[in-house]
Amino acid sequence: MKNAENTDMRHTDAVCVNEEQVKHPWWDNLKYLIVGIVFGITFVKAEIVSWFRIQEMFQLTSFHMYGVIGTAVVVGAISIQIIKRFNIKTLYGEEIVINKKEFNKGQIYGGLMFGIGWAITGACPGPLFAHIGAGFTVIGVTFLSAVAGTWVYGYLRDKLPH
Amino acid sequence: MLELIQQPWPWYVAGIFIGLTVPTLLIVGNKSFGISSNLRHICAACIPGNVKFFQYDWKKEIWNWFFAAGIVLGGFIAMNFLANPDAIQVADATKSNLREAGVTDFTNLLPADIFSWDSLLSLRGFFFMIVGGFLVGFGTRYAGGCTSGHAIMGLSTLQWPSLVATICFMIGGFVSAWFIVPFLLGL
Repeated sequence: MKNAENTDMRHTDAVCVNEEQVKHPWWDNLKYLIVGIVFGITFVKAEIVSWFRIQEMFQLTSFHMYGVIGTAVVVGAISIQIIKRFNIKTLYGEEIVINKKEFNKGQIYGGLMFGIGWAITGACPGPLFAHIGAGFTVIGVTFLSAVAGTWVYGYLRDKLPH
Repeated sequence: MLELIQQPWPWYVAGIFIGLTVPTLLIVGNKSFGISSNLRHICAACIPGNVKFFQYDWKKEIWNWFFAAGIVLGGFIAMNFLANPDAIQVADATKSNLREAGVTDFTNLLPADIFSWDSLLSLRGFFFMIVGGFLVGFGTRYAGGCTSGHAIMGLSTLQWPSLVATICFMIGGFVSAWFIVPFLLGL
């Protein structure tokens, strides 16, 4: 396992960067669709995408969300340790790459802004997708507004403290 | 079996599934778990303008859209084929807090009195659906990730900047849930 260096604009502040070198036909991406489906079902079935769950979390009236995120972090961390320890490769034999996150003040300012929006909408970006699929069509507007927010951030980026 | 799936899933089941997404994406294609970057890729593909932040090869990130499309489909499947017949679970204390603030619908994932086409153009709806969404989009990109990228992927890989981001998400959320949301509900 190696840590990727930031080399181009695509890496700036992105968390999900494709480090794969193998060329695939488009339908190879269907495997991500399948992972997404399982993920989306989990979101709805555990009621993680419930606006009320998010209120409970921040009002400290339920353990549910802390349990979900805590378990996910522990399972994720153990998995990463196993990958490191046994030097597990991708299905195509490539070395697994973890992007190193650089600290900048955006994590504070942006984090606070996202936190405020999270409690208002009851959703982070993932649940917005699940809401739309679950039939809450009006959340399509919230989604477009989130795209607009991302665009305005990109536009103002050089003027913002980082 | 189907009956078991239809019940609301406990937190540890959800946590295990979500946690396993991290190694799954790494092993099937060296992808770091993250969702909010999708929004950036949409900007880069559709409305890059002259903004340097959106000038990159977004085609390399198409996998992320497939993942997001899967979440939409998963939401559809869960709601239409695996739905729980009962009302969703809400803690009593939160129920009474919200009832005091004016929420009346506690049956579904989103309260219909706030999130609906009818209320979209009311002042309250505007803040909950449009301003809220804007803050999510702006804030996640400014922070460089959301709950998946920072709180789950970042903490799983023991990166301290993600811990800072996660703590800030929580501080923002507490302030919002205690002071801003009750105010907005009263609009």
